[in-house]
Amino acid sequence: MLAVATLWQREVIRFVRQRSRLVGALVQPIVFWLLLGGGLTASFRPAGAGVGYLEYFYPGVLALVLLFTAIFATISTVEDRRAGFLQGVLVAPVPRTAIVLGQALGGVTLAVLQGLLFLALAPLAGVALDAARVAAVTGVMALLAFALVNLGLFIAWRLESTQGFHAIMNLLLIPLWLLSGAFFPAAGAPRALGWLMRVDPLTYGMAALRRCLYLGDARAAAGLPGLGLSLAVLGGFALATLAGTALLARRTAA
Amino acid sequence: MARGRPFRDASGAAPALTDGAALPAGGTPAVEVPAVEVPAGDTPAIEVIDLRRRFGAREALAGASFAVARGELFGFLGPNGGGKSTLFRILATLLPPDGGAARVLGHDVTRAPDAVRRLLGVVFQHASVDGKLTVEENLRHHGRLYGLRGPALAARIDALLLRLGLAERARELVERLSGGLRRRVELAKGLLPRPAVLLLDEPSTGLDPAARRDFLAELRALRDAEGVTVVLTTHHMEEAERCDRVAILDRGRVVALGPPDALKASVGGDVLVVETPDAEALRDAVRGRFGVVGTLVDGTLRLERARAHELVREIVEAFPDAVRSLTYGKPTLEDVFVQATGRRFVAGGEA
Repeated sequence: MLAVATLWQREVIRFVRQRSRLVGALVQPIVFWLLLGGGLTASFRPAGAGVGYLEYFYPGVLALVLLFTAIFATISTVEDRRAGFLQGVLVAPVPRTAIVLGQALGGVTLAVLQGLLFLALAPLAGVALDAARVAAVTGVMALLAFALVNLGLFIAWRLESTQGFHAIMNLLLIPLWLLSGAFFPAAGAPRALGWLMRVDPLTYGMAALRRCLYLGDARAAAGLPGLGLSLAVLGGFALATLAGTALLARRTAA
Repeated sequence: MARGRPFRDASGAAPALTDGAALPAGGTPAVEVPAVEVPAGDTPAIEVIDLRRRFGAREALAGASFAVARGELFGFLGPNGGGKSTLFRILATLLPPDGGAARVLGHDVTRAPDAVRRLLGVVFQHASVDGKLTVEENLRHHGRLYGLRGPALAARIDALLLRLGLAERARELVERLSGGLRRRVELAKGLLPRPAVLLLDEPSTGLDPAARRDFLAELRALRDAEGVTVVLTTHHMEEAERCDRVAILDRGRVVALGPPDALKASVGGDVLVVETPDAEALRDAVRGRFGVVGTLVDGTLRLERARAHELVREIVEAFPDAVRSLTYGKPTLEDVFVQATGRRFVAGGEA
C-alpha cells in the first residue's frame, strides 16, 4: 500500500539523516554491554551455558537494542501525533490500520539496522558469524522488533502524552526483558522467577535469537526452548500485538 | 528522482493550481476531489448543529450551531479556551463530539470520517512538516497519503511551489527555512489534495503582523482563484476583519455571527471607553446628566452612541477629576465581543 510505504520510507530517511542518533544508538548498547558484562564477568558464571558472561550477555544486549529502538519509535509516534508530521497523516483518508503498520514497519527497520550494527561486534564477544547465522539472526530480529514496536504502540496509542509511557516502560517492558533470559538463564533461577520467565513471551524471542546466533552449535543452546516453539510463540505474540493495536487505532478517533 | 520541469501555465499567467498537467489517471477534471461526491445545489460547505464536547468538567463546546457557505472565507474568532480548537479538531475528524452534528459538504464527521477526510485540506497550528525532510519530500509523502503519485504528483507539487513562491527552496530541509516560509509549506500541504474545504487552525501563529496580512491575502487569492472554501480559527481581530464572515465563539457558544462590517454596525454608533477610578459612579453621573446609558466592562465605563465624539468634550469638562483616560473609536470586532459577552476579549482568556 502506498500509504504504508510512504510512512515507512519517511522513518528510514529521517533515521539516516540523523547521524547523532545513529552513533548514540550504537554507543549506548556497547557501553551497557562492556560495563555490565565486564563488571559481572568475575562473579557470574551462567550454569550450563559454558560461556563467559560477556558472551552470555551479548545476545541479551542485542535484544535490548531492539527494545530501546522500539520504545523510541513508539514515543516519537505518540509525540508526532499531537505536534508533528503525523497530524497531517491522521486527517488524510488513510485506513488507521495502514498508519499503525507504516509506523511499525519503520520502527522495525530502524531496530534491525541498529541490531545489525551491533551484530558486527559479535566476534568481540567470541561468537563466530557466518552468512547463515547472520541471515537467521536478522530474521529473528525483525520478528522480535515487530512484536516490540506493536506492543509499544498498543500501550501508547491512547495516551495523550508520553509521560505515562515512561512509567509503563519501567514497570512492564524492562522487566519483560530482564526476565527473558537476556540477563541470566532460567536454569538456577528461583522457582517463581522460573515460572515468570516461562510465561514471558520475550523468553522465546531471546531463545530464538540465541539459537540462530549459534546456528549449528547445539551445545550453546542447551536448556533453551526449541527453535520451532520459540518462533511460534514469537510469531503469535507479534500477530496478537499487531491485531490489538490495529483494533485500538480503528476505534479511537486519534 | 526523475522529475519534469516546473509546470508553467500556457497562458503565461500565474499558474493555476488546477493545472491540466496534474490530471488524475482516470481523466477526471482536476478541480474535482476524487472519489467523494460533492453534492450539487446549496449544501453548505460546513454545517454544525448544536455541537457539544466536554473535557471532564469543562464544557469546551456548549451547543454551537452555524453554517459556512461554499466559497466563503470564514473565521472563528475567540479567546483561548473559547472552543475554537475543539471545533477545529472535531471538523478535522480528530475528535468525536459528545452531541450534535458536524457535516462537511453533507458528510457527517463521525459517521463518514473518510469521506470528510477526502474533502478537507488541513493546516495545523503546530508544525506538521517534518524538519528532517526537504520541502519537496514533505509534499511528496503527504500527497501519497491521498493516493497521488508519479508525474501527476510531481506536477501538482511543482505548481504549488511556484504558486507559493517556494520553487527555489524545494530541495532545502524544512528545518533550515524561516518561520514564514515554513507556514507556506504547511499551506502547500493543506492545498495539495485539492480540497473542497481548507481548514486552518491559527494559521498565522508565529508570524509578525505584516506576514500575517500577506498570509491572509494569499488565502483570499486562493479562494478567488480556486473557489475553495477557507475556514480558519484565529484570536487576532485584524485577521478576523479580513474574513467574509465571522463566528465569534465564547465559552463554547457562537455569540455573534455575520460579516465583520455588519457585526460592527450592530454595535450602534461609536464607542467611548472611559478609564476612571469609580466606573459605577461615573456611569450614574453620565446617565443623569446626558441621558446616555453606559455599561461597565472590567472596571471601565463603555458608552455606545452615534456621534459619540461630541460627548468626549462634554464628559471631560463635566467630570474633570473622574476621567483618567478616554478612548474614542469606531466599533471593532472587539466591541462586538464586548457587547455580546459583557467582558473584554483579552480578559476572557483564562477560561
